Amino acid sequence: MTAEWEAVVVGAGPAGLMAALTAAQGGLRVLLLDAQPAAGGQIWRGAAAGQRGKAGELLRGVASHAGITVLSGAEVIAAEAGGQSHTLTVSAEAGLSHIHAARVILATGATERFLPFDGWTLPGVVGAGGLQAMSKGGLDLRGVRVVVAGSGPLLLAVAAGLRQKGARVLAVAEQAGLPGVAAFGVAAARLPGKAREALELAAGLRGIPYWTDAALVRANGDGQLQSVTLRRGRREITLACDFLAVGFGLVPETRVAALLGCPVTDAGAVNVNAWQATGVSGIYAAGEVCGIGGVDGALLEGLVAGCAASGQIERLHDSPRRAETQRRFQATLERSFALRPDRLPSPSPATIVCRCEDVRHGQLQGFTNWTAAKLQTRCGMGACQGRVCGPACQTLYGWRFGGVRAPLAPLPLSQLLAEPNTLSPP
Amino acid sequence: MPELTLEGVRATVPPGTTVLAALQNAGLSPLRHSLSGGARGALCGMGSCYECRAVVDGLTVRSCLTPVREGQDVWRLEVNCDG
Ligand SMILES: Cc1cc2nc3c(=O)[nH]c(=O)nc-3n(C[C@H](O)[C@H](O)[C@H](O)COP(=O)(O)OP(=O)(O)OC[C@H]3O[C@@H](n4cnc5c(N)ncnc54)[C@H](O)[C@@H]3O)c2cc1C
Ligand code: FES
Repeated sequence: MTAEWEAVVVGAGPAGLMAALTAAQGGLRVLLLDAQPAAGGQIWRGAAAGQRGKAGELLRGVASHAGITVLSGAEVIAAEAGGQSHTLTVSAEAGLSHIHAARVILATGATERFLPFDGWTLPGVVGAGGLQAMSKGGLDLRGVRVVVAGSGPLLLAVAAGLRQKGARVLAVAEQAGLPGVAAFGVAAARLPGKAREALELAAGLRGIPYWTDAALVRANGDGQLQSVTLRRGRREITLACDFLAVGFGLVPETRVAALLGCPVTDAGAVNVNAWQATGVSGIYAAGEVCGIGGVDGALLEGLVAGCAASGQIERLHDSPRRAETQRRFQATLERSFALRPDRLPSPSPATIVCRCEDVRHGQLQGFTNWTAAKLQTRCGMGACQGRVCGPACQTLYGWRFGGVRAPLAPLPLSQLLAEPNTLSPP
Repeated sequence: MPELTLEGVRATVPPGTTVLAALQNAGLSPLRHSLSGGARGALCGMGSCYECRAVVDGLTVRSCLTPVREGQDVWRLEVNCDG
């Protein structure tokens, strides 16, 4: 099979936008795909090309470059590595299509880690980044009471973002301890050009209680969330609220990488070298799929991957130094917000772990690995294919999720029956 | 502004809104019931949990990934579209 595309970038967040633009500037004909209805990824969801700042600049650059084709609402559901030409299968409203590309840059980002606790399946319990995403998608939060809980710097960005949309953020409950959080704050403010952003964030959070060392106990309600119970020290506190926005950090989204055979690290990120090349020839990865580190790291890695894929090595003169700064920041981030078992919510035997198949903690405790549990209980076999319970079981039971299989999304019958077409460059 | 029908009731929503937000803003909760009958709502907001599935123009979609469009006919999973 010949490769019609010189490069395909999967994921149009900061890393993918940067990689696509850079590769196109290096002369490659690029296809940029994303499952979301518009480009921007998580942090720039809903951003417009007309706006100021980096997001607008990149979106404009990508939209106006003749060498880039952008396809939104297009989800990669199968992928096969093949020497000179890799094949991706994409599901979009128009149906299934095959894409053949000489180079693939994976910029699939991350998803939130959800951990089960009593009441977490109630409507109103949502991801922290999830609520941010819903709000950017038009959910009206004016006057709505929100408790933000879990772990990581995303909680703070989310609290500030929700408040700006009119929500009443009652508290941010972080499982990590104060020394770790303080170390992270110092590291973040020291990043080049970040001091002002840190101050702005602090201003956006003024007046919102930030509790470190706080544990989430349960969500209460009957058919709908009514309140949240947290533990600080020995004291339990119950806060009445409309939303609990909860997330325990981010997990690299490596499923397309897994289908292509790219090796991953013990931490579950795609393994890349200094040029963002994966272990599979012609396949690169950039951004949070290679490890959680925020938007600046994603942009830098996107630049490196785009340059490496298009042979523009001279543009990378100062990137090793910037990458080193970024790696140090990432290490501080990991240390500061490491999950502490005594601060994590503890599910009871009746707590649902697999939300698609309603498999409970008590049914899973006896198993030693994912495969055995799956065969006996159907854990991870529902619509989300383990995307929610996989990372949860890894944290709870230490199982490594190994069930990535094509198609990555359940397909409508109409798509299964029709012959896929081949998507060629314009 | 697109006008759509949410379970038979007309609604006008700003462009760029997701079908999920339109359902949420209209107070249509829960979105579905689980195998053991528990009430459920959207979780991830980004297409990975499948809790937000809804029926749009006769097809089951993830409503958080589906932008509103003029004339859409939207139902929650278990609500009978035939009235
Ligand atoms: C739900 C959520 C909300 C967040 N909100 C914020 C925030 O408000 N502020 C902040 O500072 N940080 C936020 N973050 C952190 C954010 O992930 C990083 O700061 C940054 O966006 C990472 O950039 P990236 O390019 O690596 O990946 P992302 O921005 O995550 O982009 C990855 C893209 O890949 C696409 N993708 C993945 N798999 C496929 C596939 N199979 N087929 C097609 N497309 C695919 C996704 O749709 C996504 O658009 C959020 C994270 C999450 C998970
Ligand atoms: S809310 Fe999770 S898939 Fe839509």
